[in-house]
Amino acid sequence: MPIISAENLSKVYPVAVKEAGLKGTIQHFFRRTYRMVEAVKQVSFDIEPGEVVGFLGANGAGKTTTLKMLTGLIHPSAGRVRVAGYIPFQRKSGFLKQITLVMGQKQQLIWDLPALDTLKINAAVYNISDKEYRQRVGELTEMLSLQGKLNQPVRKLSLGERMKAELMAALLHQPQVLFLDEPTLGLDVNAQVGVREFLREYNKRYDATILLTSHYMADISALCKRVLVIHQGLLIYDGSLEGLIDQFAPYREVQVELAHPLPEVKLMHYGEIKSIEGQSARFLVQREALTRTVAQILAELEVIDLTVTDPPVEEVIGRVFSAGGVL
Amino acid sequence: MNSIMKKARVLLTAYYAYMLEYRAELFLWALSGSLPLILMGVWTQAAQSGQFGLTAEDFARYFLTVFIVRQFTVVWVIYEFEKEVVEGKLSPRLLQPIDPVWHHVASHLSERLARLPFALGLVGLFFILYPQAVWIPSLNHILLFAIAVIFAFILRFLIQYTFALFAFWTERANAIENFWFLFYLFFSGLIAPLDVFPENIRNVLLWTPFPYLIDFPASILIGLPVNILQGMLVTLSWIALFFIINRWLWRRGLKQYSGMGA
Repeated sequence: MPIISAENLSKVYPVAVKEAGLKGTIQHFFRRTYRMVEAVKQVSFDIEPGEVVGFLGANGAGKTTTLKMLTGLIHPSAGRVRVAGYIPFQRKSGFLKQITLVMGQKQQLIWDLPALDTLKINAAVYNISDKEYRQRVGELTEMLSLQGKLNQPVRKLSLGERMKAELMAALLHQPQVLFLDEPTLGLDVNAQVGVREFLREYNKRYDATILLTSHYMADISALCKRVLVIHQGLLIYDGSLEGLIDQFAPYREVQVELAHPLPEVKLMHYGEIKSIEGQSARFLVQREALTRTVAQILAELEVIDLTVTDPPVEEVIGRVFSAGGVL
Repeated sequence: MNSIMKKARVLLTAYYAYMLEYRAELFLWALSGSLPLILMGVWTQAAQSGQFGLTAEDFARYFLTVFIVRQFTVVWVIYEFEKEVVEGKLSPRLLQPIDPVWHHVASHLSERLARLPFALGLVGLFFILYPQAVWIPSLNHILLFAIAVIFAFILRFLIQYTFALFAFWTERANAIENFWFLFYLFFSGLIAPLDVFPENIRNVLLWTPFPYLIDFPASILIGLPVNILQGMLVTLSWIALFFIINRWLWRRGLKQYSGMGA
């Protein structure tokens, strides 16, 4: 039995349209015109309990709208959705106790008070007993390495600590289904790794289901075996992450710092050149040719530094879109 | 029941701590409610020249009580609620198994508690400066006054929260509150006791919610003649009416909010 199931889910929004300039403003005041925007179109998927699924798409592709429909904040214009056996939009208490939604910057923590105060409020709101409260706070504090941070006013915490405390407040009631919208946005690399490790651990320990969006490929590749890609409201890919990369980005990016600047002709045969700036050059190299090409570069050129990275997720998705492929 | 009590206790404690974070502001807030004390000066002067049914001491006591009532009935839910809607902070609150209004109720109630010492200090100061106005109300009057103040707070909160719900449709719901505040200022007894209004105007006003927000409880405490039963019944009717409108708007508003993307 899937724990999340969406069937032909669609959402249409009215968006007020205003012409620029004074004339447009006056028209806007007296007669407002609206344009209907189809944010999500006929999206269907099932997610089994315990799965960690990445939800990818460019800004405005419909990710957040879908998450809001799955959590019951907005009502679908058409289609069916069930989460943990409930219809989300009814927001029954039994449903709310099983889910959580974390949206990057929107904090539920009370800014001027220590995070512990918010946690106490949440414990009361979710009917968590004192004993259980202490146990869970202890456990989560350890998992998130937040020792000593919970009794400082939230405004004094660093962005990374605040995000972790935010996660803690969102997870105190031990939800079975986690919807995370950009949980690592704006965090430095260490904090990103911390949050990632925590989510992996949480998923393992409680067999929780996680659906998360992220702009960081590293988040997705560390956590998700399966990804959903949404583009202009349409679900265009549902499958393994490897499959997605092989299919749409079967290459990696190689960045070389050379001892001496070299002309383009000398570098061309290593891979598709993306840019040459003085001594540094960037190539795209086919995955299967990667080891060979890197060895070749190191052997044939005077190299100061060489790095190999995954193409940014936006770029992979960009390829998916330009391929236009509904699979 | 037990869990409701626990929720109430925890919410109040947390918001009380929150309010105490603003020590200096609390004092200023208490002071900022001192319009009645200024008006007291004006009216006691005017009373010296006669022609009102009330003496200078009556006016002094009246406005002191108005000051106290205001301390207990200050409401700002519309500004907070509007911010939540515009900034999208309402969304996470909607995903908790508790109506978001209880956060506002708790913050208002605990703020009362936090500003109480300052308000009492100001009352004490007043009696030191103006000893001839000291009076001891009967226990009966104090009890009725307490009930009337609680009603006044509930009514004022409900009215403003109802206006606040218009934030679902317009970005500036507090414009409604600002407009309404003009009437509140004149008809509630904040600027002048209802007793100095012409008889026919007063009779009309007694059917509106305004006098029950300030004049009614104040008059009870200083022992002016008021129809207590009628007053309480009218207050309760307005509370019931605004409650119904409020719940209806809340349901309609949530639909609108989600329709626009939450």
